[in-house]
Amino acid sequence: MTDAHTAGPFIAAIDQGTTSSRCIIFDRDGRIVAVDQKEHEQILPRPGWVEHDAAEIWNNVQEVVAGAMVKAKVVREDILAIGITNQRETTMLWDKRTGEPVHNAIVWQDTRTDALCRELGGDVGQDRFRRETGLPLAAYFAGPKIAWLLDNVEGLRERAEAGELLFGTMDSWVVWNLTGGVNGGVHVTDVTNASRTLMMNLSDLNWNEDIAAAIGVPMQVLPEIRSSSEVYGEVTGGTLGGLLGGVPVASALGDQQAALFGQTCYDVGEAKSTYGTGTFMLINTGEKLIHSESGLITTVGYQIGEDDPVYALEGSIAVTGSLVQWMRDQMGLISTAAEIETLASSVEDNGGAYFVPAFSGLFAPYWRSDARGVIAGLTRYVTKAHIARAVLEATAWQTREIADAMTEDSGVELAALKVDGGMTSNNLLMQFLADVLDAPVVRPMVAETTCLGAAYAAGLAVGFWQSTDDLRANWRRAAEWTPAMDAELRESEYHQWRKAVERTMGWIEE
Amino acid sequence: MPRNIQSLERAAAMLRLLAGGERRLGLSDIASALGLAKATAHGILRTLQHEGFVEQDPASGRYQLGAELLRLGTTYLDVHELRARALVWTDDLARSGGEAVYLGVLHQQGVLVVHHVFRPDDSRQVLEVGAMQPLHSTALGKVLAAYDPVAHSELVEAEREPFTARTPTELDDVERAVEATRAQGYATDVEETWDGVAAVAAPVFDRRRLAVGAVGITGAVERVCEGGEVRPELVAAVRDCARSVSRDLGSGPF
Repeated sequence: MTDAHTAGPFIAAIDQGTTSSRCIIFDRDGRIVAVDQKEHEQILPRPGWVEHDAAEIWNNVQEVVAGAMVKAKVVREDILAIGITNQRETTMLWDKRTGEPVHNAIVWQDTRTDALCRELGGDVGQDRFRRETGLPLAAYFAGPKIAWLLDNVEGLRERAEAGELLFGTMDSWVVWNLTGGVNGGVHVTDVTNASRTLMMNLSDLNWNEDIAAAIGVPMQVLPEIRSSSEVYGEVTGGTLGGLLGGVPVASALGDQQAALFGQTCYDVGEAKSTYGTGTFMLINTGEKLIHSESGLITTVGYQIGEDDPVYALEGSIAVTGSLVQWMRDQMGLISTAAEIETLASSVEDNGGAYFVPAFSGLFAPYWRSDARGVIAGLTRYVTKAHIARAVLEATAWQTREIADAMTEDSGVELAALKVDGGMTSNNLLMQFLADVLDAPVVRPMVAETTCLGAAYAAGLAVGFWQSTDDLRANWRRAAEWTPAMDAELRESEYHQWRKAVERTMGWIEE
Repeated sequence: MPRNIQSLERAAAMLRLLAGGERRLGLSDIASALGLAKATAHGILRTLQHEGFVEQDPASGRYQLGAELLRLGTTYLDVHELRARALVWTDDLARSGGEAVYLGVLHQQGVLVVHHVFRPDDSRQVLEVGAMQPLHSTALGKVLAAYDPVAHSELVEAEREPFTARTPTELDDVERAVEATRAQGYATDVEETWDGVAAVAAPVFDRRRLAVGAVGITGAVERVCEGGEVRPELVAAVRDCARSVSRDLGSGPF
C-alpha cells in the first residue's frame, strides 16, 4: 500500500475553466493531494453572448491556489512548479500599464462573431485559413473575437495600435499576473492555445502576419508563442508572491490538450475522449501535420521545451451529456442523469429507434447547419426505455463517426480509446462504446486528467519527472470495457444510424 | 371493530386536502375545512412537517405537501446514481489501498456488484460489474445483512453454500459474524469465499440513514492481511471511503 501523501515535493496545477477555476496539488505518483475550486459568474448580456469578468477570475485563481495549499498543508518549498490549463479560445484584452481588463472576456461559446467569420470567409468560405491554421472560420476561435473587441468597444483599436493593450487567452492572463503583472509580467501563450486563434501557422508555430492583418489584429497585442512545457517565469509579488514567490511557472496547455497529455497519449495513434455536456476527442498524430479531409480540426497536441511539436486531430460532438440532461429537464423521463442507465437497461436493445441529436446542426464530420434532431424508426412497439437506449447509443455512434474520420485522415486504426469525464460512470454506455468502436475503452484511475496534464507538463519542465516514460508509469487503469458485439450486428446498426443521420439533413430551408 | 386512531385519521384527511394540484392552504382554512380547533390542526401539521410530509411556505405561512411524500413511492436509490456518486472515492480507495474495489447492493438473495475498480497494478483484469456474490461469506454480503433488515432476512432464508473450508454455513456462525459487523462497523472475509483471497467492506448510507450498499476492497490474503487479520490501515481506508460516499449521498456525520 502506498502511504498517504505525507512527503513532498509536489506540483500545483491551475485549471482556469469555463464555469470555475480550480487548483489541484499532485504528488510524484500523480495522486491528488488537495483540491480547491471556485465558480465565477457567467455574464449573458444578450442571447448567444457569453462573457467572463477576467478580474474576478484572477482573484479566484489566487484564492484557489492559496486554498489548495492550506488544504494540503504545504508551503512554498514543497511546490516545485506550477502549471496552467485553461478554457480554450476565451479572449480578452487588458491595459499593460494598469493591468486592468478593458472589457469582459468573450467566452469560446459566444456566437457574436458569426457574421464577422462569414464576412472574413468571403468567396472562399470557412476554409480560407484552414491550410495555415488547421481551423475553419468559426465563432469559437480567438482571432475574430479580438477584432470584434477592437471594432466595437470605443477607443480600443487606437489604444491597441499605440501598443497600450495586450491580448491573451486565459493562460496568458494567468501567467502574466503570476509572473508580476504590471511589474514585469511575461506576456506569453503556449502553442496549443495559440493554435486556437486562427492566426498561428501550424507548420512553424509563428504568428501569421498576413492572416492577423486580414482579420484586423495588430501584431503589437499578441503574446510570444512558447512551448507547453518550459519555465516562463517565476511567481512574484501580489498575494501569491508571499505564498509562492520564486516558484517556476512552467506549463500552459488548452484544456483538451492537457487531458490528452494527462491521459499519457504520447504515441502516434493514441486517443482520448472526454465525455461532458459535449465531447472532445483528440488523437496524437506525432510530428506529422495532417490536414483533415474529413471535417476534423488540426491542432497542436503539445510541445515539450525544445522538442518538435506533437500534432493532433480533434473532433468534437456538440450534444452528448446534454442529451441526457434534455431527457431529464425537457422530457422529464428521468429524475437524475444517472437514471438514464436504469431506464435503458430495462430493455435489451433500442427497439428499432435511433436518436440523432442534431439540435443545432451536425458537426464533425458532416458540418451541416441545416440539420435538426430526429428520432427515427418509431413504431408502436417503442417505449421510453428504447428511447433512453437510443440516447446513449447516439453518443457512441457519434464517437464512432469521429474515430472513422480520424482513421481516414491519419491512416492509423484506433487501438484503444482512453476516456474521462462524467459520462464514464455509465457502464452501459462505455460497453456500447467499446462494442461499436470494436476497440477497448479504458478509464484511468485519476479522473482529473486535465489538471494532471498541466501538472505533468510543469513537472517535466523542472525535472520533477524525467521523461514521458515516467508519466506513463504513473498511469493506472481503473476499468476497461472490451468489445463483445457481433461484427454483423455492429455493421447493420451502424448502417441504420447513418440512415437516421441522413434524415436530419436539409430540415432548415433558407 | 377496534376504534381507529383519531389523530392519524385527521393527518390523513389533511394530506388529502393538500393533495391534488399545487395547493397551498393556510392554517385556518385547514382547520375549518376539517372542523378542527386551530391548535389541534397546528399540532398535527407540525408533526407532519417534522416528518417531511408537509412543508410550510416561509413567505406566506401556507402549507403544502412535502418532498418526503413524493419519495415514499420511490424509496430505493438508483444504483447508477450510487455508482456515479461513488466514482471518485472508489478510485481513490483503489489507488491508496493498492487493491481492487467493489461496490455492491442487495439483489434477490445475493450481492450485485454495481461498480468495480481495477487493482492499480496494470495487470489484466476483467470488469465484474453485474456479477453476483453470496451474502453469507463475503464482506459486502455481511455488511448488507448487518445494516439492511431485508438483506438479513434473505440471508436467513438463502442457501449457505460452502465455498472453502472456512465458509460459515451454520446460521449461528453467520449470525455471530453479522453481530460482530454491527458492533465494529465493518465486515471481513478471510478466505471464506475464495481460497487465498481476503476482503473488507463497510456500509454506505443515504440521507435517511438507510444502508443502500456496501463498499470494500478485495485482494490476495498475503497483501490484505497481517497475522490472519485484515491490516488496520486498509480497514480505515475502506471506512473512510464508505463515509465519503455516504456524505455525498446526503447522510449526516456519524
